[in-house]
Amino acid sequence: MGMAGSLTHDVIQGPPPPPVDGGWGGDNGGNSDGRGAFRRASFTGLWVLLAASTMLFAAFTSAMVVRRGLSDDWVSTPKPPILLVNTGILLASSIALEIARRALKSGGRAKFNGWWTAGTFLGVLFLGGQVLAWNQLNAEKVFIFTNPSSSFFYVLTVAHAFHLLGGVSALFYVDVQALRLSLGPAKRTAIDISAIFWHFLDGLWLYLMVLFYVWG
Amino acid sequence: MSAPTHLAHGAPQGFIRKYVFSLDHKVIGIQYYFLGLFSVFIGMALSLLMRFHMVNPEAKVSWFASLWPTSAAGGMMTPELYLSLMTMHGTIMVFFVLTTVPQSGFGNYFLPIQIGAEDMAFPVLNMMSFWTTFLALVVMVSAFFVQGGAPLAGWTGYPPLSGVGRITGPGEGAGQTLWIVSIAIFCGASLMGAINFIATTVDLRCRGMRLMRMPLTCWTWLVTAILALLGFAVLLAAGLLLILDRTVGTSFFIPGGLLISDQIISNHKGGSPLLWQHLFWFFGHPEVYIAILPGMGVTSHLLATFSRKPVFGYKAMVYAILSIGFLGFLVWGHHMFMSGMNPYSAMAFSVLTMCIGVPSAIKTFNWIGTLWGGKIHFDTAMMFSLGFVSLFVTGGISGIFLGQPALDLYFHDTYFVVGHFHMIMGVAAIFGMFAGTFYWFPKMFGKMMNETLGKIHFYGTFIGVYCIFTPMHFVGLAGNPRRYSDFTNVEYLANLMPVHKFMTHAAYFTAAIQILFLINLFWSLWKGPKAPMNPWNSTSLEWTIPSPPPFDNFAGVHPVVNHGPYEFSVPGAPTDFIMQTDPPSVHSGD
Repeated sequence: MGMAGSLTHDVIQGPPPPPVDGGWGGDNGGNSDGRGAFRRASFTGLWVLLAASTMLFAAFTSAMVVRRGLSDDWVSTPKPPILLVNTGILLASSIALEIARRALKSGGRAKFNGWWTAGTFLGVLFLGGQVLAWNQLNAEKVFIFTNPSSSFFYVLTVAHAFHLLGGVSALFYVDVQALRLSLGPAKRTAIDISAIFWHFLDGLWLYLMVLFYVWG
Repeated sequence: MSAPTHLAHGAPQGFIRKYVFSLDHKVIGIQYYFLGLFSVFIGMALSLLMRFHMVNPEAKVSWFASLWPTSAAGGMMTPELYLSLMTMHGTIMVFFVLTTVPQSGFGNYFLPIQIGAEDMAFPVLNMMSFWTTFLALVVMVSAFFVQGGAPLAGWTGYPPLSGVGRITGPGEGAGQTLWIVSIAIFCGASLMGAINFIATTVDLRCRGMRLMRMPLTCWTWLVTAILALLGFAVLLAAGLLLILDRTVGTSFFIPGGLLISDQIISNHKGGSPLLWQHLFWFFGHPEVYIAILPGMGVTSHLLATFSRKPVFGYKAMVYAILSIGFLGFLVWGHHMFMSGMNPYSAMAFSVLTMCIGVPSAIKTFNWIGTLWGGKIHFDTAMMFSLGFVSLFVTGGISGIFLGQPALDLYFHDTYFVVGHFHMIMGVAAIFGMFAGTFYWFPKMFGKMMNETLGKIHFYGTFIGVYCIFTPMHFVGLAGNPRRYSDFTNVEYLANLMPVHKFMTHAAYFTAAIQILFLINLFWSLWKGPKAPMNPWNSTSLEWTIPSPPPFDNFAGVHPVVNHGPYEFSVPGAPTDFIMQTDPPSVHSGD
């Protein structure tokens, strides 16, 4: 018998049994009620979603590497300096969300609300910054069809931005719940899921920046 | 005991919530099933038109002219129209039938029940997944009705044919754009479905339902979901790039210097058509397993049930499913032997392809081992499972030929390939669906299907498909290329015409026999005798609940599993089957 409740235990032995008194429906609350199963499934769903997103960007990356190596028409795309500012904003938003999460763990609701709102706002700001970056490239007559390098720049940044739209919506949803003071224990899952998804998009963005500056 | 609190939704109220925008995995499963049923008849009609044209290339049919005033002007089908029928036949069959029914249809309905869950993990996502698939189908079918008609680049959509627009053919304008948009939408739907399947299997199993106690159907649905997750994400990436090549003038896949219909294509340069092929087949090969794995699961499940014996080598079956899933991602290059790839790469892909023969053979021998010495009940569901094994072996063996570059040099793009993939991916998977239909219909609709009609349908279909697809191997050996609409003007191909006529008539016959299935399905829905709770004396959890099951499957009771999925004919047990939920004392083992 492995360690009860650990991941390996779950996978090999089946999920931990519900309380003997008859299962998920009891009023004993805590981790053994129905939300436990839903919370576990939500996390699994999140990891699976991240795997799909990773495959999407891996496919784009391999296409980029192959396309770059195949032809002699690759011209490096100018990187608007605002990208660096955007990177800072995105990192700051992740940090803000993390401070908020820790505050909530120690019961600091007001602190949570403030930092989470700040993180959400910074997320929206990043998207605005990306729009500025695209505008600046357009002003320099660098469009999606100009060059394979610019094609991949637009494809990757727009695909990232679409992911971010989903992320910001999740952050915003949690924020509205928090500000309406209806952030019950069930919503903790939403907080954790949206924050982890956001950190993933953060890491993805750093990866894309490296890709653009090294190969773009 | 109070009602479970973790249900994400309550009992549905009203027609729309209950049957249209339903959150219930069972309703969604039935919706997928009927979406696939609708699609399969469209796909079959298209194939009949193709077979008709192949043996009557000069025929003038008046209703062709009214259906396609430009591409069949005067009632005679143009080669372009033939190609568009072929493209839509392949696309509709692969995506909206083979991908949809075995996984999303039966999987949605029975995965949660077989693992003892009340619903999928994310019911809203599940509903969105179905309606997104529906949207994809609407967009795909609408390609028939736009100017120029349906695309003609085949289900693989190879650029540059699929990438440069109207100039490459009548369907390559709006039709091809709708095609690729539909595929991208379908990818999104499949990803949503895959997330649900994986999370549900990992986290919502009931008490005692260890992974190694899951029915093999659940194993195949899980591995199929993983394949779909990784494969469709890559197809989505490829599809988005192709859309951009078509619409905004990028050059991901379109090379420079193309001369098409006496015109130089000047707005593209430097793209690589092979890049599309790699991305497409990285999805495309796992797609074969997406189509066939659930059929393997159903077959394993039914062979045990109807021969009243445990599945021979349950664990070996699980590991075979897992290794087929894994190896499926390493062999996409065998679709591209003729693309000018490095012979060493081809050899690597070839060796890996041969490796898939190992788990496939393990499965086949275990199926035979399951049957060996069993008390076999030849119900229609069982007949289709046996048919599946037959077709899987027939179609699999020709795959060993095609997997070798030296032989593929000759077989490539001949009817040998068409015969091969129809046997293994098309008809075998369809047999899995028929088996599932006859087996689960009583549970899904609370009525029994007619066995006599079922048997006639089985024998007709079984003989029919062998008559269609076996000769294809021989005309392929004789050098008959695929995708050609007319063989009559080439001497060595004209000699094969009698064989083609035979295949066409076999296709008419097989299609006609399917009407029996429709009659059986709908007549049984309406007038079939009432189904008992467990008509087949099966062991898995869906047979412990009423037919059809209540809204939350187990009516508020949380099942507890004490037995493996295939405890048949256990010595000393009072009956020849032990339900998974029977108390442990029934059987001392496990």
